[in-house]
Amino acid sequence: MALLEVENLQTHFRTPGGINRAVDGVSFHVNEGETLAIVGESGCGKSVTSMSLMRLIPEPPGRIAGAIRFAGRDLLQLPDREMRAIRGNDISMIFQEPMTSLNPVLTVGRQIRETLMMHQGLDKQAAEVRAIEMLTLVGIPEPKRRVREYPHQLSGGMRQRVMIAIALACNPKLLIADEPTTALDVTIQAQILKLMLDLKRRVGAAIILITHDLGVVAEIAERVMVMYAGRKVEEASVAELFRAPRHPYTQGLLGAVPRLGSSLSGASKRLAEIPGQVPDLRKPITGCVFAGRCPLVTDLCRQYAPGLEEKGPRHIAACHYAAKGAVAA
Amino acid sequence: MSPPLLQVNDLKKHFPVRAGLFGPRSERVYAVDGVSFEIERGETLSLVGESGCGKSTVGRAILRLFDVTAGQVILDGQRIDDASPSALRQMRRRVQVVFQDPFSSLNPRMRVRDILAEPIRNFGLAKSAADLDARVASLMDTVRLPREALNRRPHEFSGGQRQRIGIARALAAEPELIVCDEAVSALDVSVKAQIVNLLQDLQREFGLALLFISHDLAIVEHMTHRVAVMYLGKIVELAPKQEIFAAPSHPYTQALLSAVPLPEPGAARSPIILRGDVPSPINPPSGCRFHTRCPFAFDRCRIEEPQLRATGSDQWVACHLDEPPQGWRP
Amino acid sequence: MTDTIATTQPLPAGLVIAPQLPELLQPVRIRRGIIGFLRGHPTVAIGGALLIVLILIGIFAPYLGTVDPTALAPAKRTRAPSADFWFGTDVLGRDIYSRVLYGARVSLTVGLSVAIFASAAGLAIGVVSGFVRWADGILMRFMDGLMAIPPILLAIALMALTRGSVGNVILAITIAEIPRVSRLVRSVVLSLREQPYVDAAVACGTRTPMIILRHILPNTLAPMLVQATYICASAMITEAILSFIGAGTPPTVPSWGNIMAEGRALWQVKPYIVFFPAAFLSVTVLAVNLLGDGLRDALDPRMAKRL
Repeated sequence: MALLEVENLQTHFRTPGGINRAVDGVSFHVNEGETLAIVGESGCGKSVTSMSLMRLIPEPPGRIAGAIRFAGRDLLQLPDREMRAIRGNDISMIFQEPMTSLNPVLTVGRQIRETLMMHQGLDKQAAEVRAIEMLTLVGIPEPKRRVREYPHQLSGGMRQRVMIAIALACNPKLLIADEPTTALDVTIQAQILKLMLDLKRRVGAAIILITHDLGVVAEIAERVMVMYAGRKVEEASVAELFRAPRHPYTQGLLGAVPRLGSSLSGASKRLAEIPGQVPDLRKPITGCVFAGRCPLVTDLCRQYAPGLEEKGPRHIAACHYAAKGAVAA
Repeated sequence: MSPPLLQVNDLKKHFPVRAGLFGPRSERVYAVDGVSFEIERGETLSLVGESGCGKSTVGRAILRLFDVTAGQVILDGQRIDDASPSALRQMRRRVQVVFQDPFSSLNPRMRVRDILAEPIRNFGLAKSAADLDARVASLMDTVRLPREALNRRPHEFSGGQRQRIGIARALAAEPELIVCDEAVSALDVSVKAQIVNLLQDLQREFGLALLFISHDLAIVEHMTHRVAVMYLGKIVELAPKQEIFAAPSHPYTQALLSAVPLPEPGAARSPIILRGDVPSPINPPSGCRFHTRCPFAFDRCRIEEPQLRATGSDQWVACHLDEPPQGWRP
Repeated sequence: MTDTIATTQPLPAGLVIAPQLPELLQPVRIRRGIIGFLRGHPTVAIGGALLIVLILIGIFAPYLGTVDPTALAPAKRTRAPSADFWFGTDVLGRDIYSRVLYGARVSLTVGLSVAIFASAAGLAIGVVSGFVRWADGILMRFMDGLMAIPPILLAIALMALTRGSVGNVILAITIAEIPRVSRLVRSVVLSLREQPYVDAAVACGTRTPMIILRHILPNTLAPMLVQATYICASAMITEAILSFIGAGTPPTVPSWGNIMAEGRALWQVKPYIVFFPAAFLSVTVLAVNLLGDGLRDALDPRMAKRL
């Protein structure tokens, strides 16, 4: 059975410009120990999805519907008290900007300790020992000294390691990483990605990785789901998705990213662009959400929103025209 | 032979910082510490490096948004860094800028028409009011925005469209060089491709030279002719694109390239994981500034600072190693 | 939903259609224009309406059943509020209702004038110190010096040097308020100077005066407007205090501070003499502050944290 099952998740917001259907009918699952990447551009609803899983959406102006079953329980039906016990304990989260997610006036040791004391009922000494253990686990040198330091004394990469240490302190079953390396420099990103790969093997938590960087996806995820304008448009294993993307949006996305080393092999000089803009989610969309930018668009697409259908082995996409069956790369 | 369009000679920019609340202004951030390069007409030179390496400061020094500490910035044989205000105005027309953030680089209270008219008026490029209107309208065509959008304000546009307005403003002055300071970094993948293609088209159409400042190595490889890799205020390697991306010589360039995650699952990648973080530019390490993280550092690196030396026809490397390390190949 | 479509138009065979999902939120009708703005920001509406009423009272004081507010009537001293004297009479037999209504003129004149003059002066000083580095040190140290003295003491000292008149009260309070405004403007100017669009304008060859006029000033107006309302409120209170201690408007001019000062001795036995002007002062200051808070939230939600 899947660890997390999300069914028809809808998260809407009331805004001055109308109802923003930020996430509209997204279903997916995450198995135990598996890494699922949610990919898409800004405004596609990937971060709102993750905030909805944690029930961190303020209501109002937001409203969540659907079902989020975690280990058999629907998180949307839980009372607030039980949800608090799950947050940071069974499900924890790392954010893009480590500086703003750490409390600047508390030492990093205290911040790890508090999570442990609150969720695991450890006493101060035991929590301190565990905090040092966690800092060692995430590769922070001199952890005994570092537990006494404040976030501003650490570099960006170190802070992200501390965030990971806090997130993993209670042995969560699910870790949600929202753009964990986006704010970091490329050499530091390499360090953090390597750490995440190591930890995946050692800790065994399932991971939902939210990112716009296809390189990061290829590096650590096993399965990918592509979101566009609040909907899921494609889902497949990483290898399958990169080898044979079916949805025109995914194809466009992969074509729009230049690859390091491509100019050496004399590949094409021009990037594939996806024309146009993301649609305004505050206006109801009839038909396919990608119709306005799609090269394959027909009247059928403008009229009937395509449902997700099986296009290949464990490969689904929401497109009326995407090829079915085996596709050669 | 005519001089290169832009020459930067031993450019230095140090910012004073206060040590503590009441401390003397004795410490300095060595943001840029002796950088030299040239840009030819119609050429793209990229400055790459991680945050804090001083690449944006170089761009701002060329625009003369502040006075430099030492060194020279020479545009077509004339010095920008000590130009008089009137001479500077004439040079400003020839060097324009596109910034990273499409939201804060446009004045929220101005209409697009006024944003584009500002440089044209400032440099007296239009002969009449009708000419001004025609120029503004044709700029919109150039960056592929509808002319009807001229009466709107920036907040009515998406990020990509704003970046087009920023590019149109830069083009309005009819420049020869555009400094693109992380000009596509804040954009989404699909929009980024649109803007990259636009910049390349414009470069071909107008024969523009570009100083492309970026941390995105894949985009740089796609855009550029030559690359200068910066680390802690210095250039560590300067070479044509082929040399940099096919056979990087400096250990830092190798590490940087190897660290980029590739969108190819299962790609046989062996990234060089550098130790630790970039040291502070307030107290840069002695000798080679990279020695604290370099996997190949030896005694000489800690004491003596390596100078840029030619290793190929147009390739320059600042490293004491005689042969480039063979640790990593793209 | 899919069924209804299918009946009107035959669907191609094998077409997979996304399931219809419910709407979670009912759209609310968004009103545009002034009405919509006031509905969205009730504090602006309430504060603004109160202030407009008070201004109208000040302007039309002669037509609101008032008598000459300075007319003495020794026979009718210290009458309690009644049908003839709505707010009663003071120790000299003057009608308090008339005096309070006329007093609105003084308070509002002082408040609005100080807001305008202090904003203008503060804007000028703030822009200069934000742009001229050598002037910045001198101006800001001078402002620090002024700020070290409580504004009310500074105003008292300045009034001691001059003759009591409404004009001098405005001048004294303006001088006392300038340091705070210029500090605010300077900080806004310094943060605006860091904006890329200002750098872009420099690169576009725009001269400094035009940069200030076109790129800096329009973007300082919103925080200035909010600050001006707070200055207005504080100036009205300062004026009342000055008049109360006899250092403000001359006793011949009815102002709320004067009326309260005159009723001070009789506070225990004739509280209404102090009560009515005090109530009007409180309501006016409240109205202006409500307006200011509302404008602050409306113009820039982020500024709510800064101020």
